[in-house]
Amino acid sequence: MSRKPLSETSEWNFELIKKYHTEIARIAGDFGLDTYPVQLEIITAEQMMDAYASVGMPIGYSHWSFGKEFVKNEKRYKKGQMGLAYEIVINSNPCIAYLMEENSMTMQALVIAHAAYGHNSFFKNNYLFTTWTSADSIIDYLLFAKNYIAECEERYGEEQVEAILDSCHALRNFGVDRYKRPSRLSLQEEQARQRDREAYLQSQINELWRTIPAKEPVYSATDEAVRFPEEPQENILYFIEKNAPFLEPWQREIIRIVRKIAQYFYPQRQTQVMNEGWATFWHYTILHRLYEEGLVTDGFMIEFLQSHTNVVYQPAFDSPYYSGINPYALGFAMMNDIRRVCETPTPEDERWFPEIAGSDWNKTLHFAMQNFKDESFVSQFLSPKVIREFKLFSILDDSNEREIAVTSIHDEDGYQHIRQALSEQYNLGSNEPNIQVYHVDRKGDRSLTLRHTQFHRRLLAQSTDEVLKHVARLWGFDVRLETVAEDGTLLTVMECNI
Amino acid sequence: MTQIVDRRLNGKNKSAVNRQKFIRRFRSQIKKAVTEAVNERSVKDLDKGEKVSIPAKDISEPFFHHSNDGYREAIHPGNKEFRQGDKIKRPESGGGARGKQASDSGEGMDEFVFELTREEFLHFFFEDLELPNLVKTRLATLEETQKVRAGHTSDGIPTNINVIRSLRGAMGRRIALRAPYRNRIEEAEAQLEDLLKRHSETDPVVIELREEIKRLKEKIEHIPFIDTFDLRYDNRIDKPKPTTQAVMFCIMDVSGSMGVEEKDMAKRFFMLLYLFLTRSYEKTQVVFISHHTEANEVDEETFFYSRETGGTVVSSALNLMKKIIEERFPISEWNIYAAQASDGDNWDNDSIDCKKILSEQIMPYMQYYAYIEITEDRHQNLWYEYSTLKDTWSNFAMQRIATVADIYPVFRKLFEKSNA
Repeated sequence: MSRKPLSETSEWNFELIKKYHTEIARIAGDFGLDTYPVQLEIITAEQMMDAYASVGMPIGYSHWSFGKEFVKNEKRYKKGQMGLAYEIVINSNPCIAYLMEENSMTMQALVIAHAAYGHNSFFKNNYLFTTWTSADSIIDYLLFAKNYIAECEERYGEEQVEAILDSCHALRNFGVDRYKRPSRLSLQEEQARQRDREAYLQSQINELWRTIPAKEPVYSATDEAVRFPEEPQENILYFIEKNAPFLEPWQREIIRIVRKIAQYFYPQRQTQVMNEGWATFWHYTILHRLYEEGLVTDGFMIEFLQSHTNVVYQPAFDSPYYSGINPYALGFAMMNDIRRVCETPTPEDERWFPEIAGSDWNKTLHFAMQNFKDESFVSQFLSPKVIREFKLFSILDDSNEREIAVTSIHDEDGYQHIRQALSEQYNLGSNEPNIQVYHVDRKGDRSLTLRHTQFHRRLLAQSTDEVLKHVARLWGFDVRLETVAEDGTLLTVMECNI
Repeated sequence: MTQIVDRRLNGKNKSAVNRQKFIRRFRSQIKKAVTEAVNERSVKDLDKGEKVSIPAKDISEPFFHHSNDGYREAIHPGNKEFRQGDKIKRPESGGGARGKQASDSGEGMDEFVFELTREEFLHFFFEDLELPNLVKTRLATLEETQKVRAGHTSDGIPTNINVIRSLRGAMGRRIALRAPYRNRIEEAEAQLEDLLKRHSETDPVVIELREEIKRLKEKIEHIPFIDTFDLRYDNRIDKPKPTTQAVMFCIMDVSGSMGVEEKDMAKRFFMLLYLFLTRSYEKTQVVFISHHTEANEVDEETFFYSRETGGTVVSSALNLMKKIIEERFPISEWNIYAAQASDGDNWDNDSIDCKKILSEQIMPYMQYYAYIEITEDRHQNLWYEYSTLKDTWSNFAMQRIATVADIYPVFRKLFEKSNA
């Protein structure tokens, strides 16, 4: 089927964008991509830099750290060290994708296919996003947050607000829930609320009693049964928001805002490889389909392929450009590989992937996109072929040893190990220190104890005492950080006194 | 349903607030950088942005994370010769096998570098000087402009319509559009004449031809006399207001008694005057005269950084200045300003000479003469001599300066005068 190309030159205009979009949407529909409605926004380079600074959000509350980010990007951009955004896309309903005015028509089409259809369908269907984010209300929430914080600045002074935000940002990664709590029955919910109210009243009474010298302590201070919190809490910000004794209501609300936004971004941090791989796979597939149908010219394809090749380039470990595994490259290679395994499986694939070898590739790919995150995606789908293509190898770096060791390479003995190790590398849970709220000395000095459980003997970095100061500022009383080894023996205690 | 929204006209400075917050937070570091920059810059070079670097540790945001201790396994791509079980020397950068990358710009990784804009830079510069706000705005805004004619454009406001141009265009268009019809009419009329020789007036061929000629003439009639397309407007663009030129004399005592600190203070004094002059005059020249017992015209580098010893004869500088004015700056063409900085110590009898030279041969030609005495002791003899000048000449200003904040009052009158 040969038709007249949609355009011959690299100039874009609104008519053309509409035309390209219609075709891309049609093809995406043919492939069964399920998306939110699309909103394409044309912006300038400066606006793109603004968007960068606020982590891609169209509206953000103001804070100096975003200014720092902006200043940094601006400098790099002016120096020419950074090409500006391939794409920024917002997980919202409708899904907003930015098109930069400087881009050629080819790049616009690429971004539409990549962001407005690739990422968009990922946002709408991946289980982490559907469970943890609500695309319908995020923009409203961000607007609320911006206004609320601006109002606080007016009422309580910019310094006060900045101090709280600084402290919250320091704990941002510890403000997310990792495991969804089962949704309660409504009766239970009601009872819980009831309990909350009671607890509230009780706390008022406690407050009263506190000022009167107690004759006898009701509980003994060492009573293990009254440990608070009963179970260690991993969401430190949540715990502080609900339990810090002297925070003002507006300060609690600000903690909540930072927490909510961190939670919103949490799925993105866990699905980088998949998300980019999926979007890259689809822009590649969709634009090739356009070409097959004769809707785009050879020149279009050459420009597209050049840009595509840059995006999926993986420098080797000893290259000066190496900065870890490129999520676009790995994701794209794995997505393509799944399709290959489905369509033309080799005996090796039959052995490694008996369930998917020879199945419908599009269904399998959709299944993978919907039900995994990077960690599980790699452990499930990384094939020996991809390992060989990337020439992956694993290095064990033990600070007790004088040398580092190559533990496996891309050969028959190594595949399984590399797969596991790479999967572990994408496990946020083991990359971030495991620090939980362990105890509050409610009867004594009200100090808060955090417990760091070591993993692989890894220590906390230098900035830890700075973070503790922030925790102490929020909590309002002394803060202790205990480090315990994996076997539970107490190793060190850091303290931050107010 | 898809929407395409053009956001390009929405504000682009969304990050301006955050940038301001950032700058406010690191005020003290930035201020330090600005001070250093001012000391390094030329007097004439104040009016631009500056690269500021802040130690990265001040600027980092702390969070809980792991250090490089313990053990971990990392996957890297691009294996070449490694085999399972190989032991490798630990690369210096710590974790992984990553090559250490040299910084390409010569800026270390532990410095956060960014550009202050011109406005921000001046803001920090003015801060020390305690300038009144009005003066700050005056110095920080770019020069005034004046609208001047610059050809014609095809759109504008009705008052700017250029009638002659517009009608000329209209006429051209009419002629051009008429041409094909005209040709056809001429052809048809010739044909008609020819036909009338053989046919009668009522013959259908003749009638048809006459009809056609009529139709063509109507078409010509319908070509509009003037169309929006023809309109031309006078174009005006902003041009810096033409002003005259000024020369600024910087006179400084470089005898041993002036230390680095005094010179830095004097430098700010000269800078401020220079900034003022660049705002008021299109072209400003600076002449540096340094003196001890004798005076020399020097370049800026020597002016601020050379150290001489010996006594002080101020009149030598004044004589040199007079000579330079006579030779190179005819007062009919130049506005002359002078700023003199000294620790006030002068050879005793010379002060009287100075006063004489100033009042008789220099002040009559001066727009403004500012003198600062940089000393913490009591006033020196030059001060007393100069004091008498203040009453005679309203464009003579003098001040004793102990800190940079004292500089502005010297110029107060200057700014007042030009603000009025």
